[in-house]
Amino acid sequence: MSDLLAARSQMAVSLIFHIVFAAIGIAMPLLMVIAEWRWQRTGDEEYLTLAKRWGRGTAILFAVGAVSGTVLSFELGLLWPRFMGYAGAIIGMPFSLEGFAFFTEAVFLGVYLYGWGKVSPRAHLLSGVAVAVSGMLSGIFVVIANAWMNTPAGFTLVNGVPTDIRPFAAMANPHAFPQTLHMTLAAYAATGFAVAGIHALLLRRDPNNGFHRKACGIALAVGAVTAVLQPFSGDIMAKAVARNQPVKLAAFEGHFETRRGAPLHIGGWPDETKGETRWALKIPKGLSLLAFNDPDAEVRGLNDFPRENWPPVAIVHLAFQLMVACGTVMALVGLWATWRRWRHPVSWPASRRFLLALALSAPLGFVAIEAGWIVTEVGRQPWIIYGIMRTEDAVTPMPGLIVPFLTFTVLYLLLGAMTVWLIWRQVIASPRGARHG
Amino acid sequence: MVEVIIAGLMAGALILYALLGGADYGGGVWDLLATGPRAREQRQLIADAIAPVWEANHVWLILVLVILFTAFPPAFAAIGTALHIPLTLMLVGVVLRGTAFTFRHYDDQHDQVQRRWSLIFSIASIITPILLGVSVGAVASGNIRAPEAGGSFIWPWLAPFPFAVGFLALALFAFLAAVFLTVEAGDRALADDFRRRAIWAGIAVFVTAGLALLLARRGAPIIWEHLLRGRWAAPLQIATALAAIGAFAALWTRRFRLSRLLAAAQVSLILAGWATAQFPWLVVPEHTIQSAAAPDSVLRPLLVALLIGALVLAPSVYTLMRVFKGVKS
Ligand code: HDD
Ligand code: HEM
Ligand code: HEM
Repeated sequence: MSDLLAARSQMAVSLIFHIVFAAIGIAMPLLMVIAEWRWQRTGDEEYLTLAKRWGRGTAILFAVGAVSGTVLSFELGLLWPRFMGYAGAIIGMPFSLEGFAFFTEAVFLGVYLYGWGKVSPRAHLLSGVAVAVSGMLSGIFVVIANAWMNTPAGFTLVNGVPTDIRPFAAMANPHAFPQTLHMTLAAYAATGFAVAGIHALLLRRDPNNGFHRKACGIALAVGAVTAVLQPFSGDIMAKAVARNQPVKLAAFEGHFETRRGAPLHIGGWPDETKGETRWALKIPKGLSLLAFNDPDAEVRGLNDFPRENWPPVAIVHLAFQLMVACGTVMALVGLWATWRRWRHPVSWPASRRFLLALALSAPLGFVAIEAGWIVTEVGRQPWIIYGIMRTEDAVTPMPGLIVPFLTFTVLYLLLGAMTVWLIWRQVIASPRGARHG
Repeated sequence: MVEVIIAGLMAGALILYALLGGADYGGGVWDLLATGPRAREQRQLIADAIAPVWEANHVWLILVLVILFTAFPPAFAAIGTALHIPLTLMLVGVVLRGTAFTFRHYDDQHDQVQRRWSLIFSIASIITPILLGVSVGAVASGNIRAPEAGGSFIWPWLAPFPFAVGFLALALFAFLAAVFLTVEAGDRALADDFRRRAIWAGIAVFVTAGLALLLARRGAPIIWEHLLRGRWAAPLQIATALAAIGAFAALWTRRFRLSRLLAAAQVSLILAGWATAQFPWLVVPEHTIQSAAAPDSVLRPLLVALLIGALVLAPSVYTLMRVFKGVKS
């Protein structure tokens, strides 16, 4: 394994690990606050149990998110010093703002978790709100930095040196809005579905458990709304990619020949050597329509670009198909949930078939998040800053990078296993007191 | 000028990390060394003291890092390149410390599992500060060179001076933790346990600081020079000595709140002394504050953001400390 490949893999492992906790850290505080708010409004103790349970879960997952995020901040310098030496000044602003969001989040999470009975109920709920808002802002700021890597802006290149740097213009880069919108919705949708699915599974065993019904209801409300919105934000995202990163669009669509009225490929396997996508379901003019709102628009194909600027086409294409498939199923389940809520408000959400659907779709949001990031990041290759700096020019000269790569991989595998085990034991198992409530 | 102010803020954030985050690491040291009839109570006190605040305290380190790469990108790149090994090892420590602590806290009180988490937590709490100190020492040593200029990935940090700084960092953190815990202990016997520990750790600070100073002569000649002759050197050293003596006296006479204040002052002054001795270098001797600084169009908004952030942050951190640490206005 070359050092470059080891560095890329280490970055990928670290991010794929971190994003799970980050997404939960964005969305879980919202669920927790809703439960506490319901408790304060209704006085129903099950909501209080729920808020405390979810608080425990958030605390455990937040700790893992915080340490893996720290690792990432250092890895930017440990693995990609030349990238940071070049771009640190330009994208430092969102990271600095993110730093303050972390502070607010960590401070108020401390107050929330350990402040039961020490601060007034109102102040307690408000600190929960502060956690939820700052968690969302942390995600938004760091994704803005990533959007800049896709669509760099806010500086002028003079002989290869960035000058006239405008940090806020860099933040307002073309992908900042679509990516932050799409990612924020993704965090709520994925977490909402995962939590609803877990409680749905437990409800199938214990259908009258009020605790799980309430939990499932809150999580599903958050998950369903965002999952239904997600394909629309995905469409905004795809149109932005079509404008700004045509080679990436061509890669994730498996689109080789430039043409008007380009078809949309669903599924299939892009064969880079033959330059065609086989076994795909083709929807005539679909791609032109989706990418440019015009069935006859011209869509540039991979063959228009020099071979050395192609990302790995097959991975990007498959990851994209996977994300869209998950997103479609989630949106349908979300619509079904809305319909059931409207038609059967009393027995909602319990119906065995519906609960099964929820349980089955529990992991889909996280699968879509991972797949979506693979589309974005692998699809940006061979560039670390799109069109400006190549990944191979950014990597550290440090030899033997396979060692830290393997170290972190093993560390994260162990940590992941421990976390799942602990969450299962401490958070998910039915509360003893509230069992038949 | 802006770049100097920002470098000062960065040093300030590092000092706060040492005071707050450092004490949390020190807590891990005393967890490992908990002995005597009250070992259980000692561990419990440490855990209760750390739990609500360690994540917020940890963010100071992130802030230092973020200021470094935004305001002084070439210095960040140089440090990330040359200190890859100690920093990676430190990160492993960061990961294990934080997660073992949280898992222990939230797991059932199964003694076997519990003890294993404790062990990981406390060992990571010892290794991480040493590696942090080693990295800081290497940055100060003057031995970091770009790889193109023949820089090594090993020798700048695998040397006596950086390790002396590493042990100094450990001693400082353990000292702070013990002093802070005397205030937080509910009863006198427990407070006395930590009083004794604080005194021993204070002596360790004295010894390791002396050692680092001696080794600086060969291991970090520029720092050594500035420590002897710098304009700020004498007043800072006198102030440090006074704070140290005061902290000891307050411990001796069991005025724990006063000793907390003086110990914090002592540690801040030691770090401030090091920061001024290193001025104007960020990475001795290749990057100074001026040479590494990003353009003003970046620094000025950054300064504004930091000041606004501090304004937002101060009341929240104050709330946290008031709720959990009994800090009174
Ligand atoms: C719950 C998660 C989830 C779901 C259901 C979807 N996505 Fe997504 N998608 C993400 C989660 C995600 C993500 C992980 O959050 C990404 C990676 C980078 C980003 O900002 O969002 C992403 C990236 C991403 C990109 C690439 C952006 C780039 O390369 O810069 C496109 C074009 C889409 N998405 C389009 C869609 C469409 C058309 C969907 C239709 C159903 C869809 N996504 C569902
Ligand atoms: C958390 C969600 C994210 C995931 C799952 C993710 C995933 C990945 C993957 C798979 C790679 C390897 C790509 C390859 O080399 O083929 C990568 C590279 C990288 N990512 Fe991300 N990414 C995420 C977010 C971010 C963000 C927010 C940033 C920066 C602000 C970022 C910065 C980088 C950098 C610097 C690299 C290495 C250079 C490169 O390979 O281009 N990533 N990421
Ligand atoms: C290169 C990319 C990234 C870096 C350097 C990074 C850095 C960090 C750091 C340092 C923390 C710890 C803060 C603390 O101590 O409390 C953290 C946590 C967090 N990060 Fe990331 N992060 C990255 C990618 C992402 C992405 C893509 C998202 C989400 C969209 C995200 C969202 C969060 C959130 C919400 C937290 C709060 C902790 C939690 O709830 O788990 N991060 N990150």
